[in-house]
Amino acid sequence: MTMDQHLQLTVDGRLKHFLTIEGLNAALLTQILDTAESFVGLSQNQVKKVPLLRGKTIVNLFFENSTRTRTTFELAATRLSADVLNINIATSASSKGESLLDTIRNLEAMHVDMFVVRHALSGAAHFIARQAAPHISVINAGDGQHAHPTQAMLDMFTIRQHKQRFEQLKVAIVGDILHSRVARSQILALNTLGAAEVRVVAPKTLLPADVEQMGVMPMHDLDQGLRDVDVVIMLRLQKERMNSAFLPSESEFFRCFGLTEARLQHAKADAIVMHPGPINRGVEIASAVADGPRSVVLQQVSNGIAVRMAVMSMTLQPGGAA
Amino acid sequence: MTRRLILNGRIIDPANAIDRIGTVAIAHGRIVAVGDLPADFTADHTLDASGQIVCPGFIDLSARLREPGQTQKGSIQSETAAALAAGVTSLCLPPDTKPCIDSPAVVEYIKDKAERAGYPQLYPIGALTQRLDGSELSALFALKQAGCIAVSNASAPLASLLILRRAMEYAATHDLLVIHQANEASLSGKGCAHEGAVASRYGLPGIPEAAESIALTQALELAQLTGCRLHIGQISCWQSVIKLQQAKKYGLDVSADVAAHQLHLTEDDIVPFDSHYHVMPPLRSAADRQSLRDGLASGVIDAICSDHQPHDLDAKLGAFPETEPGIAALETLLPLTLAFAERQGIGLMQAIASLTCKPARILKLDAGTLSPGAVADLCIFDPGQTWRPDAAHWRSAGRNTPYWQQTLIGRVSHTLIGGEPLFALDGQDMTQP
Repeated sequence: MTMDQHLQLTVDGRLKHFLTIEGLNAALLTQILDTAESFVGLSQNQVKKVPLLRGKTIVNLFFENSTRTRTTFELAATRLSADVLNINIATSASSKGESLLDTIRNLEAMHVDMFVVRHALSGAAHFIARQAAPHISVINAGDGQHAHPTQAMLDMFTIRQHKQRFEQLKVAIVGDILHSRVARSQILALNTLGAAEVRVVAPKTLLPADVEQMGVMPMHDLDQGLRDVDVVIMLRLQKERMNSAFLPSESEFFRCFGLTEARLQHAKADAIVMHPGPINRGVEIASAVADGPRSVVLQQVSNGIAVRMAVMSMTLQPGGAA
Repeated sequence: MTRRLILNGRIIDPANAIDRIGTVAIAHGRIVAVGDLPADFTADHTLDASGQIVCPGFIDLSARLREPGQTQKGSIQSETAAALAAGVTSLCLPPDTKPCIDSPAVVEYIKDKAERAGYPQLYPIGALTQRLDGSELSALFALKQAGCIAVSNASAPLASLLILRRAMEYAATHDLLVIHQANEASLSGKGCAHEGAVASRYGLPGIPEAAESIALTQALELAQLTGCRLHIGQISCWQSVIKLQQAKKYGLDVSADVAAHQLHLTEDDIVPFDSHYHVMPPLRSAADRQSLRDGLASGVIDAICSDHQPHDLDAKLGAFPETEPGIAALETLLPLTLAFAERQGIGLMQAIASLTCKPARILKLDAGTLSPGAVADLCIFDPGQTWRPDAAHWRSAGRNTPYWQQTLIGRVSHTLIGGEPLFALDGQDMTQP
């Protein structure tokens, strides 16, 4: 597949949609981070709003349940003074392409400006971006196992807060890479921003085929995988992975790949620990680590609002925000 | 009866190793002479085929017409018109119509419709199992008597290897060819793309090559055990080519085809999430493609088919995994075959053989040749003419092709069945007394 620049960028190279990290250069990713930076102070203000998107209507179109992601998108839109419509569609009702398309058409008729889309199938956000009216921007809030680019950018934002630069960084992403749209977007973002080394640490059952072609080093031993890394990203392990022979049990997974304080000693002394949430305590990460001094999990959550404000304002104001 | 002369064309008849400029004489629907004009032959009609190739009509081993049951996607009328425009004079219809071809009544219905559409040589493939459910045998002898040219379970899985074994034994009893699509369903699962770097990057559920080669190996073993004539449809990976090569080397009566698009497209060609690239088996790696090309050139793979699967717009509208797989491929069969021959450096003779005498041999069909006395099914084409599939030039009801509005080289100008010109490009009349 070729990069999808033409779909998500305008002719002069600005963001039209935000569907995937693929095809975006370091300058644009940095622009997103810088724009987010300008919004961070806002939440400490008495008045938490800016009028950048006043009069715009943003639709949170969630075909898959998510409380946190939807909430941060809603807060981001509200703080930009946009009107927000939340639509949760049970996955059963949207299993056919036609109804997905019908939903889009109906909302278009209400003159909305942006769709924030989460869907259980890879490529759903691309499909909606291709089908939507030209004035509408689409932000991918997670599609199947493909991409979750705002999550990846809020992770980059958090990493930059702690490490300032990406060039020397060694990063380990640990857990269910195979099913993770977050991991795919993180890998693209880290490589685009010039991270020195990206490792993926998982059993072979949870690594995608030819994963090294994504620009990562696959590893199967957590202690080795953590050695001298600056950033540890733990992924959520879905319980249903035990049902189809990906893994024998949660306890065996924790024994091999669970992050404990003892194992974290292999990482650099100032390494940070990240997790996109929600956390399975005692499955992929011990509570002592998740709540410990190196954990930046809650910063990730609050940074999510600023990053989503940045992406929303950049796509709806292609002239540049902030 | 009509007597025709086709003059000055480059005649290529792989069955008889003929490649020369000359004349084809036709009378009473059959070939009278090829090469030199018989001294006493007078024609009612002549056609000047200067600069064109004159060859046997193509035989397509797999083309879905969508009738009965899915006429929103295509009909016997619309798709046989596409076949004629593609130079295809005989085609095999897989059994997964709705209802499926598991009873003589459905066979009769289809043959009747084909007759009325003016396309006599439509060959239904019977369903190996009732309702294609994979467990109970269809009345294979009755299906054969009704006119099924072979039997297959299409892409529907069989309940067990025991069912496949019994089906093969029973088919062999009645000298029926079994056409098998090799796919181990438990390994392919809900996959919609080749398991490899591209599917991994785009988070698409993958189908490993082993899902095909394991099933193919099982079928080969059972063909040997049962003595059944076996044809493997639409192989897609290098492992399958090797397994076939070994089986043929040891004298097994097995043949195989490949879909024309598999000779060209790979996973790397997929425009992100563009459902026109959603096909089954999936577009695989460049190494697989090279193996398929080499397999055809060496004869391990016998034939090229269109694997025509027209769809309505809705079938391709959606997120990639939920769209229906398949390409409307009849009309691109010739240009893709010519492009393959060019790239692989094989001659036109060999390329045309994979569309004519080789599929005829697989089907034991008295067709695919210009031998004197043979039924005059002919395709006349301009190998250098460029054209673009677009609304003005497309006949299939399905426009689901990644080649839409791409420039292709090679265009059929005339198609004759039983000596009768049933297709002429842009109404080019061949009746010049």
